[in-house]
Amino acid sequence: MSPASVFVCLSLTLLSDYPVIRVKPDNSGVVTDGVKHSMNPFCEIAVEEAVKLKEKKFIKEVVAVSCGPTQVTETIRTALAMGCDRGIHVEVSGKDYEAMGPLQIAKIFAALAKKEEASLVILGKQAIDDDCNQTGQMTAALLDWPQGTFASEVTIDGEKVKVVREIDGGLETIKISMPAVLTADLRLNTPRYATLPNIMKAKKKKIANMKPADLGVDMVSRVEVLRVDEPPTRLAGVKVETVDDLVAKLKANGTI
Amino acid sequence: HAYRHKMRLNLVVSRNFSTLTSLSSTRKLAENVSSKPKTASGSEITADHLLYTPEHFALKESLKKIIDQDINPYVDQWEAEGIFPAHKVFKLLGNAGFLGVNKPVEYGGLGLDFSYSIAVSEELGNIRCGGIPMAIGVQTDMATPALARFGSTELKKEFLLPSIMGDKVACLGVSEVGAGSDVATIKTNAVREGDEYVVNGGKMWTTNGTQADWMCLLANTSDGPSHKNKSLICLPMNSPGVHIARKIDKMGMRSSDTAEVFFDDVRVPCKNLIGQEGMGFTYQMLQFQEERLWACGNILTMMDNIIQETIQYTRQRKIFKMPVLYHQSVHFRLAELETEIELLRSLLHRSTALYIKGNDVTKLASMAKLKAGRLSREVGDSCLQYWGGMGFTSDVLVSRFYRDARLLSIGGGADEVMLSIICKYMDTLPKK
Repeated sequence: MSPASVFVCLSLTLLSDYPVIRVKPDNSGVVTDGVKHSMNPFCEIAVEEAVKLKEKKFIKEVVAVSCGPTQVTETIRTALAMGCDRGIHVEVSGKDYEAMGPLQIAKIFAALAKKEEASLVILGKQAIDDDCNQTGQMTAALLDWPQGTFASEVTIDGEKVKVVREIDGGLETIKISMPAVLTADLRLNTPRYATLPNIMKAKKKKIANMKPADLGVDMVSRVEVLRVDEPPTRLAGVKVETVDDLVAKLKANGTI
Repeated sequence: HAYRHKMRLNLVVSRNFSTLTSLSSTRKLAENVSSKPKTASGSEITADHLLYTPEHFALKESLKKIIDQDINPYVDQWEAEGIFPAHKVFKLLGNAGFLGVNKPVEYGGLGLDFSYSIAVSEELGNIRCGGIPMAIGVQTDMATPALARFGSTELKKEFLLPSIMGDKVACLGVSEVGAGSDVATIKTNAVREGDEYVVNGGKMWTTNGTQADWMCLLANTSDGPSHKNKSLICLPMNSPGVHIARKIDKMGMRSSDTAEVFFDDVRVPCKNLIGQEGMGFTYQMLQFQEERLWACGNILTMMDNIIQETIQYTRQRKIFKMPVLYHQSVHFRLAELETEIELLRSLLHRSTALYIKGNDVTKLASMAKLKAGRLSREVGDSCLQYWGGMGFTSDVLVSRFYRDARLLSIGGGADEVMLSIICKYMDTLPKK
């Protein structure tokens, strides 16, 4: 049974063009209004890998999926312009969106993957705004599918996938059976530009719309954010003249 | 995970709450200002836009990636070298479909309306110099529109298609040493001899001139009234008799090679004539509206970027115990400039919207070009002042912008020409 469809799951992240992201005055979160959002860079890499696999004829169809408010359709369109065949937009907005975390997203992706009989689910390894690095792993666990995370190389070999993973000690190569979940790491590939002809063609591709309830997913979060603070401002240092002075100062403020 | 993030898309920037001091690896003279480009497209309102659709924004995002990855990292080097690799850069853009946005589909173009060309021109303003966008603009909206509209099928296959694909570099031969604003007095001749034109004369201020494969040449092809005796001819630049006399050393736009060209009995087949003999002047004038709106789109983004960089710099630079930015004259002045930029942007979008519906926008386009040239000089001058001594160095973008933008009031239709056109519409010119 050759792989039918691959799901690429995208996340829309904060991508500020200006250097500083600010914490909201009530410390409940980070200011997102007016800050430019864009497709998560690791998700771009995931899309590229999926499209590449399709070009090599290992898979028949690439579906781009994303959860969030209307804005995420732009992200899905970018994925379509890069070569995905169709998209699915799972609408989550307002309070549900603010509380949405990796577990809720993973539940949605898992439900969709089962419903549409995907053979591979590819995600970016983590979102660059919250750095959770959980969605891929949770999706695999919910589906009880094998996972190849932090992939820097993916090869399809019949019914199995060979994944070279980037780990702290170096590179680990594993072979897992499909259906499986993969998460893309930085060096997996260099995403292509969406060319203008493809951007215009993407207009005609379909994006289906649905809600989490349609998939039987409850969006209630088990996590409550208590407080968000900026890291302490870096204070100026103090210059001393001699080593003795340094030792004295370190002793005085209790460091040694 | 101890890995090094690639610097694409300012990944590193958005993940930290601290300022950029800890992240920029090269501490040049410009204190805490990052050497990473800050693009202005983040400030655009995408919903309810008067002119742009989601496709326009997708186009801009894609083009921005190409600029950030394949152009901007090399700009400083190309500026220093006095030339950028036109064939390489144009091929890159051609592959992605950005050189034929409003050109016919049969020749590799996308057949979209001019609003897409304006979107491209605006996004190209994120290139960290004026020379390269100008060179691209010549290729897409100065040397090729007449050919696309009036050229024969054979001619379009030979010159238009490869120009859209990015395989051939084009240049425009209109201005001469003795004739700039007064195009009617050009002296270059193309005299018919059998089935060839013999071209004698020369052209000046030829952008891309030292690298071009062909020139869209405006020459006198007969005697008679000066606006009815000129023709546009596709001239291959490797033809015997074409001499690139010199690459002009300029105050700004340094990465764009500008040539002085001589023609010494250059023979061109008559079939290289674009459209009809004697219509050259008219053809060239037809595209002026597009050229001028294009130049305006370009400079708007550059001005946005300069203002933003100036804000960042003055926020960190302290003077008399507080940031330069906190002095009222500074933030008030920046607000004034920002207001005028938005006014110009509104004029541009309004003109473009009218134009794509088939209206003549000569008056508005001339106003936009006039204002663009003058405002960019004000922006450059005021912002450079706020950078202080640093603004005077070549380490910062504002000094390059100051030099590059000065050309806008001169080239592509000098301010004085724009004023004359507006006066013509206002019916205030002296009667003969």
